[in-house]
Amino acid sequence: MRRLFARPETAAAVGTVLVWLFFAVTAGEPFRGLDGAATYLNAAAPLGILSVGVALLMIGGEFDLSVGSIVGAAGMSIMLLTTHFGWSLWPAIVATLALCVAIGFLNGYAVVRTGLPSFIVTLATLFMVRGLTIAAARGLTRRTQLGGLEEVGGYESARWLFGSEPIGDLRVSILWWLGLAALATWVLVRTPFGNWIFGAGGHADAARNVGVPVAKVKIGLFMTTAFCAGIVAVLQAVRFTGADALRGQLQEFYAIIAVVIGGTLLTGGYGSVVGAVLGALVFGMVRQGIVMAGVDADWFQVFLGAMLLVAVLVNTYVLHRARRAA
Amino acid sequence: MSTHPPVLEARSVSKRFGRVLALEAASLAAREGEVTCLLGDNGAGKSTLIKILSGVHSPSSGEVVVRGTPVDFDSPRDAVARGIATVYQDLAMIPMLSVWRNFFLGTEPSRGRGLLTRIDVRRCREEALAALGEMGIELRDPEQPVHTLSGGERQAVAIARALHHGAGALILDEPTAALGVRQSQLVLEHVRRAAERGVAVVLVTHNPHHAYPVGERFLVLRRGQVVTDRPKSDVDVDTLTHLMSGGG
Repeated sequence: MRRLFARPETAAAVGTVLVWLFFAVTAGEPFRGLDGAATYLNAAAPLGILSVGVALLMIGGEFDLSVGSIVGAAGMSIMLLTTHFGWSLWPAIVATLALCVAIGFLNGYAVVRTGLPSFIVTLATLFMVRGLTIAAARGLTRRTQLGGLEEVGGYESARWLFGSEPIGDLRVSILWWLGLAALATWVLVRTPFGNWIFGAGGHADAARNVGVPVAKVKIGLFMTTAFCAGIVAVLQAVRFTGADALRGQLQEFYAIIAVVIGGTLLTGGYGSVVGAVLGALVFGMVRQGIVMAGVDADWFQVFLGAMLLVAVLVNTYVLHRARRAA
Repeated sequence: MSTHPPVLEARSVSKRFGRVLALEAASLAAREGEVTCLLGDNGAGKSTLIKILSGVHSPSSGEVVVRGTPVDFDSPRDAVARGIATVYQDLAMIPMLSVWRNFFLGTEPSRGRGLLTRIDVRRCREEALAALGEMGIELRDPEQPVHTLSGGERQAVAIARALHHGAGALILDEPTAALGVRQSQLVLEHVRRAAERGVAVVLVTHNPHHAYPVGERFLVLRRGQVVTDRPKSDVDVDTLTHLMSGGG
């Protein structure tokens, strides 16, 4: 019992059920049914994918405020490479994911080398990446929104993998989300690298002293986070057959909120990917549930902020209890 | 006296941080089955010396020698791979992490190959419990987070971990500094037991009363220099205290 209570995602699981019940009552039938589930799962999936990377990174003791701008950059990279430079879609996707991983590497390298808080370093990259994306798009095409991906070679096969709806109204992005979450969970709790993530985030010096390559672990986590942002961009570009240089704004904060709702500590060293999945699910349910309940969508942000506060308080409380019980 | 070369040696190592000379031509030899005590007041250079021995810093001059072979550690991981384990006072463990995860952090036994390489969790749990049992620590649950253990138990787990991973030399940084009398005695017993198992132990402390009963050899560091290096038969607690505080 104490073990269950001490798990990072326990509170999030309870919270998920409560939020579902709340909207099942206030929003009624449209929320409760399968259609409702498809609506909030589809809304949760992109954020969920980002949160998988961000959860690992935060357990490893770092933040990344640049993920949202990487989503925008990656979407624009796909569109420019295809519609402007005439590449076909698949090579553009591969090159774009490589670009994302490279940005992640630079983030990680800068954090590890300077020793500055990642909060500040990635705040700087947020603006640089966003600015470069807008400048590149406008410089090359005079526009910041590009379309026409459906006419690019390779689109049909890419649509099957990134833009389809394999079961009813459920989008394929949900499978990407759950697949990446399962993979990340396995890495975190079952591989040596996962153990190093906990070590690097829990106490970097102690981990280093027993031989954990902390710098490499952290750089790897920034690359993973940026890769997740790249996947989100690919999914969205293929689905919407276009991209917007401003896409992904605020996602960095939503991802942190989802991860924190999922029970991961802001200080690192403690948390779970399962919790982050639940956090993103709660996010999707609130976003769609509010609309279905007939409340003005403006209230969404109020709700979100309040939930973040409650989650942090609950996490802190649970942690104190777990410590005292022992 | 053993004819084997010492397990771990510092030969005339110096360390400079900018314009500060933290360590000047310090030498130390840790032998199999012996507890070598490194004494000194705060700022005497003890931590600089052990950080050089454990691969955290490289010396500005002089050399580190493992079983007669000069080595140049790139990282603590490199030192660990050569059988040099270090247990730091407050940095020994990751508090939120379970006992077994701490026990195998950085040296996780794995099964499977390639992308399917994974931690052998069952083996980790069993071996951690067994190794702690040998040290006289009975835990019910290896999933217990380390912050639920007492300070002495944490040091003992760290020592057991080093021994389990086949450390030939074990460096202990102020293992009793934050502990009460009973917990300190417990840790010192573990230090003794580690030496009896044939490990070369380097015990770093500023407390001669803790060092004297368990040590074979005593070095005193002052302002970055080794001012004394004597066997137990040549010193007593009062002499050590006197040397540490600046007497000649």
